[in-house]
Amino acid sequence: MRLLRFGLCFAVLLLVAAAFFVVLSRQPVIAGVEAPPRSAFDQTLIEKGAKLAAIGNCYSCHTTRGKADYSGSRAIPTPFGTIFSANITPAPGTGIGRWPEEAFRRAMREGISRRGEHLFPAFPYDHYARLTDDDLHALYAFLMTRTPVESFTPRNALPFPLNKRWPLAFWNVAFLDKTPFQPNPQQSDAWNRGAYLVAGLGHCGDCHTPRNLFSAEESSRPLEGGAESEGWVGPALNTASPAPVPWDEAHLFTYLRHGWADQHGAAAGPMQPVVTALARADDADIHAMATYLAAQQGPVSTERQQRASAALARAAEVKPPAPAAGEELGATIFAGACASCHTGSAAMVPPHGINLALSSALYQPEPTNAIQFVLRGVQPSGERSGPLMPRFADTFTDAQMAALLRYLRAHYATAPPWHSLESKIRDLRQRKGPL
Amino acid sequence: MTCRHPAEAGPSRRGFLAGGGALIVSFSLLPRFAAAQAAGQTGPALPGSLAKFPMLDSWVRIDANGAITVFTGKAELGQGIKTALIQLAAEELIVTTEAIDLVTADTARTPDEGYTAGSHSMQDSGTAIRNAAAQARALLIDAAATRLQVPGDKLRAENGMVIAEDGRQLRYGELVGDQILHVQASPQSVFVDPSRYRFIGKPVPRVDIPAKVTGGIAFIQDMRLPNMAHARLVRPPSYGATLSRLDTAAVEHLPGVIKIVRDGSYLAVIAEQEYQAIVAMRALETAAHWDEKPGLPDSATLFDTLAGLPAQQVPVRDDPIAIPPNARIVEASYRRAYHMHGSIGPSCAIGLSENGALTVWTHAQGVFPLRAALTELTGLPRDKVRCIHVQGSGCYGHNGADDAGADAALLALALPGRPVRVQWMREQEHIWEPYGSAMLTKARAALSPEHQIIAWDYTVRSSTHATRPGGAGNLMPAWYREKPLTQPVPKPLPLPEGGGHRNAAPIYTIPSARVMYEFMPAMPLRVSALRGLGAYMNVFSIESFMDELAQAAGLDPVDFRLNHLSDPRAREVVTRAAERFGWLGFSRTPGTGRGFGFARYKNLAAYLAVAVEVAVDRESGQVRMVRAAAAVDSGEAVNPDGIANQIEGSILQSASWTLYESVAFDRTRIASRDWSSYPIMRFPAVPDRIEVQVVERPGEPFLGTGEAAQGPTAAAVANAVADAIGVRLRDIPLSPAQVKAAIGV
Amino acid sequence: MITLLVNSALHKLDIDPATPLLYALRNDLSLNGAKFGCGLGQCGACTVLVDHEPVYACLTPVAALEGRPILTIEGLAENDKPSPLQQAFIDEQAAQCGYCTAGMVMRAQALLDHNSIPTEAEIRAYMEPNLCRCGTQVRVVRAIRRASQPAREAAEASLPR
Ligand code: FES
Ligand code: FES
Repeated sequence: MRLLRFGLCFAVLLLVAAAFFVVLSRQPVIAGVEAPPRSAFDQTLIEKGAKLAAIGNCYSCHTTRGKADYSGSRAIPTPFGTIFSANITPAPGTGIGRWPEEAFRRAMREGISRRGEHLFPAFPYDHYARLTDDDLHALYAFLMTRTPVESFTPRNALPFPLNKRWPLAFWNVAFLDKTPFQPNPQQSDAWNRGAYLVAGLGHCGDCHTPRNLFSAEESSRPLEGGAESEGWVGPALNTASPAPVPWDEAHLFTYLRHGWADQHGAAAGPMQPVVTALARADDADIHAMATYLAAQQGPVSTERQQRASAALARAAEVKPPAPAAGEELGATIFAGACASCHTGSAAMVPPHGINLALSSALYQPEPTNAIQFVLRGVQPSGERSGPLMPRFADTFTDAQMAALLRYLRAHYATAPPWHSLESKIRDLRQRKGPL
Repeated sequence: MTCRHPAEAGPSRRGFLAGGGALIVSFSLLPRFAAAQAAGQTGPALPGSLAKFPMLDSWVRIDANGAITVFTGKAELGQGIKTALIQLAAEELIVTTEAIDLVTADTARTPDEGYTAGSHSMQDSGTAIRNAAAQARALLIDAAATRLQVPGDKLRAENGMVIAEDGRQLRYGELVGDQILHVQASPQSVFVDPSRYRFIGKPVPRVDIPAKVTGGIAFIQDMRLPNMAHARLVRPPSYGATLSRLDTAAVEHLPGVIKIVRDGSYLAVIAEQEYQAIVAMRALETAAHWDEKPGLPDSATLFDTLAGLPAQQVPVRDDPIAIPPNARIVEASYRRAYHMHGSIGPSCAIGLSENGALTVWTHAQGVFPLRAALTELTGLPRDKVRCIHVQGSGCYGHNGADDAGADAALLALALPGRPVRVQWMREQEHIWEPYGSAMLTKARAALSPEHQIIAWDYTVRSSTHATRPGGAGNLMPAWYREKPLTQPVPKPLPLPEGGGHRNAAPIYTIPSARVMYEFMPAMPLRVSALRGLGAYMNVFSIESFMDELAQAAGLDPVDFRLNHLSDPRAREVVTRAAERFGWLGFSRTPGTGRGFGFARYKNLAAYLAVAVEVAVDRESGQVRMVRAAAAVDSGEAVNPDGIANQIEGSILQSASWTLYESVAFDRTRIASRDWSSYPIMRFPAVPDRIEVQVVERPGEPFLGTGEAAQGPTAAAVANAVADAIGVRLRDIPLSPAQVKAAIGV
Repeated sequence: MITLLVNSALHKLDIDPATPLLYALRNDLSLNGAKFGCGLGQCGACTVLVDHEPVYACLTPVAALEGRPILTIEGLAENDKPSPLQQAFIDEQAAQCGYCTAGMVMRAQALLDHNSIPTEAEIRAYMEPNLCRCGTQVRVVRAIRRASQPAREAAEASLPR
C-alpha cells in the first residue's frame, strides 16, 4: 500500500515537473572509441581495479547466473518494477567497449550513459559520485580488460511514467550530491578510508539508509536503517543499530570477511553476495570499513551496555527459556527444530548457530529478517565453507512459524511483540526468489 | 491409547543371530595350517582366500533340501560385492542367482578374510568362491555318476540338479549326504566356459538396491532388536582433552535416561528412546568441562611442519642414476591436504552382553580384526566375542565404524542383558574419524633429446595410512578411559601394496629411477586408510608430472604417456579413454580445458585411464568438472555395470576431494565439524556426464577396481585446470583462492 | 498424544511433542526409509514429504505435524510394486551404499509432483540440498529423467504437428 502511494505521488510530481526538465535532461553524447587493448593498462592498475570492484560488488548486479561474468541482464526488482542491469563487459556493440574513460567517469558520477541517456538510480551513482579519479581509472582498467561478451539487455519492465528516463534529470538535480569525498582530518586514516569506501564504492547506504518519497536516500540520516528491499531490511548501522551487543571493529571485520560474527549472526539475503564479493578485497580495506562502521555506533551508553550484558547473560543460559502460557507450541518447535544448532554452546562454531539471544534479527523493529531466516535459511554458495542454515518454509505453517517467532522474540530478545506476524509471514512466503 | 510397535516390522533378534548355533566353530573355519595339519598334508598354493581356508564347505554349503549357502569373509560396503559374489557362485553351480543365500563377514560363521579393503574382495573372496563353487559342481556330478552308474561326462548340472542324458535327474540336496563338500580344495578348477556365461559379464542388477529404494531394512542403522536401548556419546571437544568436571545431577532425571556411563574421560548416556538419548547427550555436553591443550600444528604452515618431522626412509626403487649432460631436467613438488571419509551416515553399532558373551553388530571393514581388538579392550576371551557385519553407510576406508563397535561393546557391558544401539552425531564423525593423511611429494626427471624419460627421482612423505584396529590401542574410545591405552606407533605397510608409497613407483618404462618413501611415524591429525591410501597422492603427483614433462617435451600428454608404456593392457585403456573422450577433436573454449590421468592401481590391480573436461570460472576461481570418460581393465568383469557404477562414484568423489576439500583446524580443535565447514560436491557441480568403458577380459584373473579411479581422476582434473588457465596448480585442493592467485585478474 | 498421518494411515503416538519426525518414523513406526545423516538439515538423508513438500524429518518436531499428510518412501509403492520413480532408480542402479537414496527419491518425487518434465538444470538445482558421498549423482539425475520420460513423451505427442 505504502509503496503504491509513493509510486503515485512520484508519478504525479514527475508529470508536473516533466515539461520543465525536458530540455535540461538532454545530455551530450560522448563519441565512441576503439576499445583500448589490455596493454594500455598497467597490471597493478587492473589488480587495484579488481579489488575495488569487489568492494563495489559490481559482479552481483551485472551478472546473471549461468551467463558470462559482467554481461548484465540480471533482473533487479525495485518497488516500481523490474530493471535489468547493463552489460559492462568491453563488448563494442552491447557492452561498454566503445566507452572512453570520460564516459565511464560520467556514468559513475552522474548516472548518464555514453549516449547521454539517464541511468536509473538502481545503479548507485549517487554513491559512486564520491569516488576519486584514481579509483575510477582503476575500475575502468579492470572492466575494460574483462572478456568482451555481446549480450543484449532486456527492456526494463516499468510502468509509465517511470519507464521514461527524462524525469531522472529532475531526480538528479534534487538528490544527486556530486561533491567528492572530503576526508575528516580529525579522524584516523583507517576511519577515512572506511568512510570513503562505505559512502562511495561500498554503497552501503543503498540498503542501510532510509529513503524519501522519491526513493532517494535521506542524506541527513545516513545508515539509520533502510526500508525493505528484496524482501529483507538493511538494519541501522549507526547508534540506532538493533544489535543487542554493540558492533565493534573486530566483529565487523569477521562479519565482512567470513560472513558471520559471534554475537551477531550470519550474513544472509542480499548481504550474502556482498560478503562473497568482499572475499577478494584486501584485509586492510575491510579493516578500514569495520573501523568506520564501528565508529558509527557512537559511544556506548550505559543503557546499551546494560542491554548488552543482559543479552550475553541470556545467551550463557544453558537451557532454553521456559515458555509462558500460550507459548508452548513455539517452545516445542524450538526444541525439535532449532535446539540442535542454537543451544548448547554460546560460541558460534559449526555446527552451532548463534545463540538467539544475540541474533540481531530478533531485535529489529520489523520481523522481516527473522522471518526470512526461518523461511529461507542461509544457503551454501557452491562448495565454499560458510554458514549454513536449512530453510523451514515447507516445514512449518504460517501459524507455527509465528508461534516460534513470538516465543523467540519474547524470551531471547525480550522485546515487545511484533505486529501482524502471521500476515507478514504469508506475504514474504509469496515473494519470488529461491525459497 | 498408545500404538507403538517397537520392532514389529523389524527383524527379530533370532533372525539376526541365525546360524549362531551349531555352526559357530566348525572345522572348516580353522585356518589353513590347522586344517592342513588335521588333514596331514600340504599342497601347492590354492587360489585366492582358499589358500587360507582350503575346505570347500568353508565357502559353499548345500543342505539336504537343496538350499545353497555361500560364505564370504568380506562385507558389503555399498560397493556391490554381494551381487558379484552371488553371480560367481550361481554361474559355477549352474543355478539362478535367487537360489544363492550369501552370508557375509561374521566371526562365527564365515572365513576370516581380514579387511574388506584395498580393492581385494574379488581377488580374494571372488576367486575362492568361484573355485569352491566350480569344484562343488564337479563333486556333485561325480556323486551323481556313482549313483546313476553313468560316466561323469554324460551328466550335466542345471538349475540345482544333475541330469543324465536319459533324463534321469538328481537334486543337489540328494547328493550332498556324506559331507561331500567337506574336503580340501584342489588348486585347479574347471570353470564354466565363457561362451555359456549366464551371469558373469552381465549387468545383473544389484541385490541390495530394491530395499534401498523402497525403505526396506538395509543398514545397521535400521536394525532394531527387541528391548533395545539407545546410547549417545559425549566426545571430548579436541584430541587429548580430559574431562575435568561433570555434574550429572540434572541429566540423570531427564525422561528415559537409564544410565550415564563415565569411565575417565569417556562419557556416554543410555536411554530408552533415541531422542531421549540425544536430549540427554546435549544436556550432558553442557554439563561437562574439559581441559584442552593446543596440540595441533599451525594450519597456515602445516606443510613446513610436516616437512620437518622425523621420518623413516623406505626405499621403493633404487637404481643407480646417471644423467647425461644433454638431458633436460624438470622438477616439481606437490602437496595434499587432509581429507575426510565423510560417510553420509554417522557410525553406528549395536552391542549385546548376555550370559558372559558379547555380540557386536558392526559395519567395520574387518570383523575378525575388530573381534581381536574388542577381546583386548574388554578382557573377554576370544570365543565370547562375536562380531557380525551389517552394512552401514559407505565408508571408503577406516572411518568411525570400528570405534563405534568399541562404543557398543563398552556400553553393552555397562548394561548387560539389553541390546544397546549407539550412533554417532554428525560432528562426532567429522571430528573423530581418522582422516586421509596430508602428504608431500617431490619429483625430478631427466628427458633425453628424443623426449624420453631417462632418469626419475621421486620422494613421497606421509604419515601412516593404516591405524586400523587389530590392537585395541587403535580404538579411539580406549584412549579416554580411566585406564587409557595409547595408540601404537605405526609402521610402514609393506610393499608391493604399500601405504603412503602405494603407487609411488612409476609404471612407465624408465631406465633408471629412485623412489623413496619418507614415512613419518607421527600423525599430527588422526589418520588411517582412506580410499586408495597413498595411491591417490602418488598418482596425482606422477600424472601431473607426466603432463609437465610432456609440456617440456612439447608433446601431447597422451602420446607422451604411450611413448613410455609397453604393457598392452595399459596402452589399451589409455587409447580407449582418449578416444571416448574425443581427445584429439577437443575444442577449447575460454575457461575450459582437458586433462588426462592413468594408473594401474597398486601397479598390480586394475588399469584405469580417465580424461576430463573442466570449466573454470575466472571471476570466482571455482572449478567444475564438466564431463569425464574413463576406460578400465579389471580383468574378467563379473558385473560390468557394478564396476561402472563404482568408477563413476570414485571419479565424483575424487573430483570433490581434489577441488573442494581440506580438513580445517586451529591449534586445538578440528574446525571441520559439519557439512558447512567441510563442504563436499553438491548437485549443481556434478558433471554433465561420465562415461565408463569396461574392457572385456573373459577368463582373466580379477583385478581390484574399487579405488582405481581416485588417483587418475585427481591428476586428470589438475591437468585439465592447467590446460584451462595455463598455470600448473600443485596443491590439493585446487581451491578458488589458488586458481584466482594463479590467473590474476 | 500426537496423531500423525503417515502414508495415509493414522498413528497415535505417546512421545515428547518436540521429538523430530525422523525418530518417530524410524523407532515408533518402524519406517526405515528416512535416515539420520546429520540432524542439522544439511544433507537431506532424512527427507520426507509433508503437505507434498520435501522437509528435513530430522528437524521437524511432531508437534508441527498434526493433521498434515506425511509421505515417506514406504508410501510410494502401490500394491507392493515400486513406484515409477523407484523403478527408475532400480533401472538406473542409482545407488551405491544407498544411505542417501531414500532421501534422494523423496526429494525427486516432490520435484516431479511440481514439474513433471524438469530440465537437467532444474533437476540439479532442486536436488542441491541432498548430499551423496558415494558419487551416485549422475545416475540419480538419470533416474529422475527416466521417471519423467513418459510425461515428456506425452507432452511431445500432444504438440501440434
Ligand atoms: S539428517 Fe536431516 S538433513 Fe541430514
Ligand atoms: S549412495 Fe552412498 S551416500 Fe549416496
